[in-house]
Amino acid sequence: MIAPLLFMAGIGLLLGITIALANIFFSVKTDPRIEEVEDMLPGANCGGCGFAGCNAFAKAVVLDAVEPQKCPVCSKEEAENIASHMGMSVEFDTPYVALVKCCGDNSDSPERALYNGVTDCSAALLVAGATKSCQHGCLGMATCARACPFNAIEIDEKRHIAIVHPELCVGCGKCVSVCPRNLIDMVPKSAPVHILCSSPEKAVLQKKACSKGCIGCRKCSKLDPESIKMDGFLAVMDYDNYSTNTEIIDVCPVHCIYPSLEEK
Amino acid sequence: MIKKKAFSGGVHPHDGKELTNTKNIKIAPLMKEYAVSLSQHIGAPAKAIVKVGDTVLKGQKIAEANGFVSVPIHAPTSGTIISKNKKTSAGGRMEGGVDSVIGPTGALVPMLTISADGEDTPCNDLEPILSWQDCKPEDLKQRVLDAGIVGMGGAAFPTHVKLSPPPSQNIDTLVINASECEPYLSADHRQMLEDTKGIIEGILIIKSILGIQKVCIGIESNKPDAIKAMQEESRKHNIVVTALPTMYPQGSEKQLIYAITGRKVPMGKLPMETGCVVQNIGTAFAIYEAVVKGKPLYERITTITGSPIVNPSNWRLRVGTSLADALTLAEGVKNPDDIGKVILGGPMMGMAQFSLDVPIMKNTSGILLLNKQEVTLYTSGPCIRCGSCINVCPQSLMPSTMGVQIEKERFELAEETNIMNCIECGCCSYVCPSHRPLVQLFRRGKSEIQANNRKKKV
Repeated sequence: MIAPLLFMAGIGLLLGITIALANIFFSVKTDPRIEEVEDMLPGANCGGCGFAGCNAFAKAVVLDAVEPQKCPVCSKEEAENIASHMGMSVEFDTPYVALVKCCGDNSDSPERALYNGVTDCSAALLVAGATKSCQHGCLGMATCARACPFNAIEIDEKRHIAIVHPELCVGCGKCVSVCPRNLIDMVPKSAPVHILCSSPEKAVLQKKACSKGCIGCRKCSKLDPESIKMDGFLAVMDYDNYSTNTEIIDVCPVHCIYPSLEEK
Repeated sequence: MIKKKAFSGGVHPHDGKELTNTKNIKIAPLMKEYAVSLSQHIGAPAKAIVKVGDTVLKGQKIAEANGFVSVPIHAPTSGTIISKNKKTSAGGRMEGGVDSVIGPTGALVPMLTISADGEDTPCNDLEPILSWQDCKPEDLKQRVLDAGIVGMGGAAFPTHVKLSPPPSQNIDTLVINASECEPYLSADHRQMLEDTKGIIEGILIIKSILGIQKVCIGIESNKPDAIKAMQEESRKHNIVVTALPTMYPQGSEKQLIYAITGRKVPMGKLPMETGCVVQNIGTAFAIYEAVVKGKPLYERITTITGSPIVNPSNWRLRVGTSLADALTLAEGVKNPDDIGKVILGGPMMGMAQFSLDVPIMKNTSGILLLNKQEVTLYTSGPCIRCGSCINVCPQSLMPSTMGVQIEKERFELAEETNIMNCIECGCCSYVCPSHRPLVQLFRRGKSEIQANNRKKKV
């Protein structure tokens, strides 16, 4: 009875000593602050900061003095907390949000045919260029909404169009690359007016494709020539120097200029 | 001698060929307008050499080949080039002096519209080569290119490219594809009965271009009259006619080569690897006309069929005839409110169309209309792992697994499951009891994988 007990205890002791020795000789020195900073981060692991995840970002903050506010998910307080923990100072950039540059739903730009395939914008585009009349508009099949880690993009099921909720959007930019029609841009959250059309078509064709498409009349760019530039037949907002003039909303004859992102 | 050979898998949908396969090919009257697409083939679109306002003759070259994998385009009749820019529905515009109009794929394609003058004056740019037996293969190949010939079975791959195998490749067999496995179509079938001699002469021309001895014609067993007619004619020339089981997709290159020669095309390789060149029966006839009659490719046999059509029939249509014009030839539709789908090509691989403005192309083997009852829309469900798709896949793939992988956007896994070998025949979608849109998923996966691979190269 006693022999097996001693035998087992002996093996346990031997392995224990081995582990203890290994811990001393093979230990990898890490900065304890990395783990602390990682714990203070929101932990969404979204990659919006440009690093491979929260752990990689925490490492960058501690070792390369990357500013904690580069994490798009961090609230102001969280970023300040991390900065004070690290003994850094913080300067906040303008927060960015995603903007889907299309406002034509299926009543403005009617479906050309019945579509019964995979509910995904990239897949729908492979079937004769999708069924939406406008060849440049939002298909509303939730490819961007599925890519969003924060559920900030809502798809209006009846109107077939993507709507971004700016209060949920943290500006990680994951949706930008998945949109097969390149409709999503990151824009400053503080911009008060947006031009929600991406179609470069001429007025006569634009009118046939979508009643809310920009026809290139230049009314808005005449009111604010500094911020609104014409790209062919499409008015484009320069977000480095955005317009604060809300009058342009009312001058647009096709109503594709909107004050906030949610109202379209 | 009739042999029976088969590939594994495949399906046999209701083929509907009885609607048209006993009807003679009729020659379509001259239309008022022809919209000739400059992108009728795989490869770079042809470059227009005429502009709006120019007058052209029937058979005149109106666009030249733009690169090696490209072919010239010829005017289907004499008349004036006009701009249709303002008349088209959504999306038409002018680009570099050429109209851009929505084509059969739904994308904008450059198009030259010819307003016919009614004279139909021919242009004799291409001299008939009556004694082609004495011609060098290079000259004949040049003629195939000059006549703008592409694969008429559906893929529209430039024929001169297929007839130029690299010297390292040892080609020993010419396989002529006459299986016409797509349901509803009977264009090839009728052509075999009515143009038998021309087809055989075309085959002999291809044979002399390639410089080979062995020729096999594969015909599905549901066309016994065509098999008999072809056999009688080909016996004199030592050409073998093989009856193949009626099974879709028998007309796919890889499946056809396997059925006839027993050789398998290696994964990711071209059919040429097996020493076979496959040509469609329609292509053989077009080559015959180009060489012996000096006639460029501007018309083809098209089946206009489907239950809503008043008089389903086979027509010799000129390239550029609009769908609307073509339908009036078949005496229109029974009930305009009961049309579910208009398809260019067959029901398995054809393309559904948005509008009737779309023109006939060099590869349009059929115009198929289905009524609303025939295009019942299903809601797709999850994969129930029944394995039906695996049984029917002619490429021995696992559509069920690949479908789930693409749905979850695991493209690299799908690539490992050999999705790139899929020929998009649609057998899996056809049998799926859960009505999963498998082919569409695969097309998405393939396009994503190709995009990723391009990125990796850069």
